[in-house]
Amino acid sequence: MMKDLNAIPGKGFLDFVYDFYSSMKAHEINLVYEGKVTHQITKAFIALAEAQMEEDEEASKVQRTVFHVMVECLQNISRHADEFETGETAYSGKGIFMVSNTNDAYCITTGNAINNEKIPELEEILQQINELDEENLKELYMKQMKEGRLSEKGGAGLGFIDIRRKTGEQLDYHFLPLSESVSFFLLTTLIPRTL
Amino acid sequence: MDELIIEGTEDSPQITLDLNANIMEISGRSLPEDVNTFYEPTLSWIEEYSKNPMPSTTFNFKLTYFNTASSKIILDILTQFEEMIEEGHQVLVRWHFPDEDEDMQEAGEEYADMVDVPFEMVSY
Repeated sequence: MMKDLNAIPGKGFLDFVYDFYSSMKAHEINLVYEGKVTHQITKAFIALAEAQMEEDEEASKVQRTVFHVMVECLQNISRHADEFETGETAYSGKGIFMVSNTNDAYCITTGNAINNEKIPELEEILQQINELDEENLKELYMKQMKEGRLSEKGGAGLGFIDIRRKTGEQLDYHFLPLSESVSFFLLTTLIPRTL
Repeated sequence: MDELIIEGTEDSPQITLDLNANIMEISGRSLPEDVNTFYEPTLSWIEEYSKNPMPSTTFNFKLTYFNTASSKIILDILTQFEEMIEEGHQVLVRWHFPDEDEDMQEAGEEYADMVDVPFEMVSY
């Protein structure tokens, strides 16, 4: 059978892979994934991170916090990410997930498509969580657990509060336009290694 | 009452609800794919048990990790105990935590604040 020459990557593609690799190294990214976040994926990534942190002899509190944040972030994508590619805003469970670490901190970043109509409510929640102090965050967490209905997908809005409480850091979030109706929701969490 | 035993896995806790052995315990990690499905047998068992409980009930939580989706279920279980106490039964929750894990200790203390159920904090 003749080889399909079009299937062989051109120079442009090789350059992209090379740049991508260099860029990952420059940003000290040690895990990047784009696609559907299933429960299997979640389990695989946390096992990977745990083994790596164990090898690096990371403090147990840091290990536990990274574990917590990874689980909540991955579940956010798997439960709430919308569809972008088809132009429809249906639920997709797809997104990008990245873990990087420097000498000072672990950085966990998620990005997923979100229907623009959902942004105001989400932004309000995130803003509120960032403004609260430790005591008020605790109260909000307990109140949400008591009253916050478990949505059909199982979330109770608790994930963001938990991440903020466990890391002690502000939630860094951005919404970047992908199309007229859909945006890219980017969330970055820092976990100081001195935690 | 028949016992309910669910073996623990890497993402779901070991459930032991065994009246003959006098053990009621949830231990391990809790981040199952679907918390509602996973905990349904446990919640039903406790509901059934609460209709005709032993003179005193001691329930052990010995979790090393639980996600926020599971945290709501834990509160549901504790609420069942609260109702049992309101009906005049004795219930004690023993909340076990690894001694260096202050987050797990704090989680237990917060639950103790949220429900009218006696808690005993046990570090190991």
